[in-house]
Amino acid sequence: MEKLIEKYYRPRLPHIWCPGCGNGIVTSSIIKAIDKLGLDQDKTVIVSGIGCSSRASGYLNFDTVHSLHGRALPVATGIKLADPELNVIVITGDGDGTAIGGNHFIHTARRNINLTVILFNNNIYGMTGGQYSPLTPTDSKATTAPYGTLERAFDIAELAKAAGATYVARGTAFHANMLVDVIAKGISHDGFSLIEAVTQCPIYFGRQNKKGDASTMLKTQRDHAVTVEAAKKLSPEQLEGKFKIGVLHQSEAPEYTKQYQGIIDRAQKGAK
Amino acid sequence: MAIKTIGKHCKGCGVCVTFCPKQVLGLDALGKITIVDESKCITCKQCEMRCPDYAIFVEKK
Amino acid sequence: MAKVLLLQGNQACAEGAIAAGVTFFAGYPITPSTEIAEIMAKRLPEVGGKFIQMEDEIAGIGAIVGASLTGKKVLTATSGPGFSLKQEFIGYATIAEVPIVIANVQRVGPSTGQPTAPAQGDMMQARWGTHGDHPVIALTPASVPECFTLTIKAYELSEKYRMPVLLMLDEIIGHMREKIEIPDYDTIEKPVRKGPRVGPSEFKAYEPDSDGVPPMADFGTGYRYHVTGLVHDETGFPNGSAAATEKLLKRLHDKVERDIDKITMYEEYKLDDAEIAIVTYGGTARSAYAAIDMAREEGIKVGMFRLISVWPFPEKEIAQLAEKVKVIVVPELNYGQMVGEVKKAAEGKVPVKPMSKYDSEPISPKELLAFVKNL
Repeated sequence: MEKLIEKYYRPRLPHIWCPGCGNGIVTSSIIKAIDKLGLDQDKTVIVSGIGCSSRASGYLNFDTVHSLHGRALPVATGIKLADPELNVIVITGDGDGTAIGGNHFIHTARRNINLTVILFNNNIYGMTGGQYSPLTPTDSKATTAPYGTLERAFDIAELAKAAGATYVARGTAFHANMLVDVIAKGISHDGFSLIEAVTQCPIYFGRQNKKGDASTMLKTQRDHAVTVEAAKKLSPEQLEGKFKIGVLHQSEAPEYTKQYQGIIDRAQKGAK
Repeated sequence: MAIKTIGKHCKGCGVCVTFCPKQVLGLDALGKITIVDESKCITCKQCEMRCPDYAIFVEKK
Repeated sequence: MAKVLLLQGNQACAEGAIAAGVTFFAGYPITPSTEIAEIMAKRLPEVGGKFIQMEDEIAGIGAIVGASLTGKKVLTATSGPGFSLKQEFIGYATIAEVPIVIANVQRVGPSTGQPTAPAQGDMMQARWGTHGDHPVIALTPASVPECFTLTIKAYELSEKYRMPVLLMLDEIIGHMREKIEIPDYDTIEKPVRKGPRVGPSEFKAYEPDSDGVPPMADFGTGYRYHVTGLVHDETGFPNGSAAATEKLLKRLHDKVERDIDKITMYEEYKLDDAEIAIVTYGGTARSAYAAIDMAREEGIKVGMFRLISVWPFPEKEIAQLAEKVKVIVVPELNYGQMVGEVKKAAEGKVPVKPMSKYDSEPISPKELLAFVKNL
C-alpha cells in the first residue's frame, strides 16, 4: 500500500477527514482497483462533487475535478463524451449524488455512458456538520432532524438499476478487499456503473445516533452485510435488517459514446 | 516482517488496534498508533487494509 | 468558398461557433434559443463534434465545463430562466478558469414571462447573476452577421482570458432573418488556447504568465492537475489563507481590467456632430439607426454609441461622450438597466434619460424619434 500511496496520491497527506472516517478506506480501495487494472494514470480522470467524499479527488494524482455540489456527473459526462479515450471515475456522496445531484444521477444512468461512480454512503451530510440526507435511515437523528427523520431512505442501488445502470454493486469499508473487487469490475464494465460504498461517519452520524466509535461502526457493517451469494440461501426473515453486498446487477446495453460515434459516421456520410 | 507507522498521518481512531487479532498495536499517550509487540504480528494486514489515514503499513520480509 | 445566405441570428450564432472550431455543445431546449441547439445537433456530428441534450440547464453548462477541460471549444445556449440556472457554473468556470461560451437569447421575464417576446432584461444578471465578486465579458450582437462574427470573437476572448464569455442576444436578433455573407470556414482563424510551455514536472496549473492568465493543459495529456471551485493558489490546490484569497480574486479581475481597451468594442453612428447621443445595444440598436436617420432629415443632430461589448462596461468612452453631447438617451427593453451604468460613467456631466420599454414589443423607430423630439 505504501508504494501505491507514493504512486497514486499527491503529497498532500494527512487528509482532512475526521478520525475514524471510512472515506480514506474507500479511497484506497478505488486506488487499488485502478492499480489492479493497470489503468494509464495520464488517461484517467477523477471527478467529484462537493462534500466529504468529494474531497478525495484533490488527494489523487490524476487529472482531477472538484466540481460543484451535485454536479460531478454532468462534468464527467462532458469529459467522457468529449474524449471517450479517457477513463472517467466519479466520486460522490449520499447527499451530493442523490439529493442535489439526484436528477443528474438517474439521467446519467439512463444514458448508459461509460462512467464509474463510487458513491460514498455515510448516511449524513458530514461537511456541513450532520444534516440528514436521502440515504439517512428513517427515524435517525440529525442536526436538522432533532426529533428524528420522517423520510424514507432511497435504496440507491435499486434506483440506479431502475434508471438503467448496467452495473450496480455495493461494498463496505469493512469489506475493503471485496470493495476493491467490485470497483475494478465496475471500471471494466462498458457502461454506467454504480458502486455504493457503505462507509462510517462516527463523528456526525455515529455520535448523534449512538452508533459507537469507528471500530464499532465497522463491526456493524460486518454484521449486517450479506454477500449476494449467501443471501440466496437465506429466508426473508433471516435477511431482515441486513443489506446485500457484491455485484447486485449487471446487464448489457449500448454504451453512449460508442453510439454517438455511430451518429458521427452517419452524419459524415450525409445520411440522416 | 516489518511494521511501519506514520505518526503524522495517524488520527488515533483505534481501528487498527481493534481489528488486530494478535494485540500487536496500541495507542500511545498522545492517542497515536504505537507498536506494543511486533513479534506477535502475523502480517494479516487487517490494520493496513482498514487504516483510514494511511498511517500503518505491514511488509512481509 | 464564401456564400451568401438568409439566416436567423440563432443560426448565425451556431454557424459562428462551428467556424470558430467548436466541437462540443451541451444544452437544454428553451425558447427563444432552441434553434441554436437544434442546429448544433445536426452540424456538430458532420464536423466530427459532439452534441448532447442534457437533463436540465445546469447539466448543460456542467457538461461543457467538462468538455472544455479536454481542450475542446464548447457552447451552450439558453434563455431567461435557463440563464439563471446556469449561474452556478458560470461562477465555477470563472474561478476555475475554464473557457466556455454561453449564448443567452433574452426574452421577457421574470420567470416564464413571455417566452416568445423580446426583452433585454438579463443585462444585469449577466453582470451580477453568479455569486461572489468576479469579472464578466458579455457581447451584444445587433445583426445576423454580427451574431456570426461576435460568436467567433467570444471564443477569442474566452480562450485568451480563460473565462466564461456571454453572448447576450435578444429575441429580436435571435429570430430575425437577414442576409449574411459567410466566408469559407478554412479562412477563419481559429482561436487558440495557450498551452503549457513546460513539462508536467515543472507545471503549476494556476501559475499565471505576465498577462495574468495561466497556460492551460488539456486533460489526458499527462499534466495531472486539479481543478476546483475552492480558492486555490498557483498549484491549483485549495488554499484558504487571506493572502491566497486576495491574490486569486485580484488576478481574476486584473486579467480583464488590464486589457479593457482591447476587449471594449463599440460602434459610433453619426455621432461626430451629435448633440443628442443614443446609447443602446442589441435589437434596440436596429430601431435607433432608423430613428437617427429620420431625426437627421428633420435637422436634429442625433447619433448613436452602440455598445458591442457591454461588460466590462466602457466607462471611459461613455465619460468622453458625456463631454461632447448635450443629452444621452438610453433606450432598452427593460425597466432601466444599462442606463444606470451610463449615468455612473457620465458622472452628472449631461442628463441621461432612460427610455424603458417592457411591454414585450420592440421599441419602434417612430417611438424613439418621438422620444428624442420631446426631450
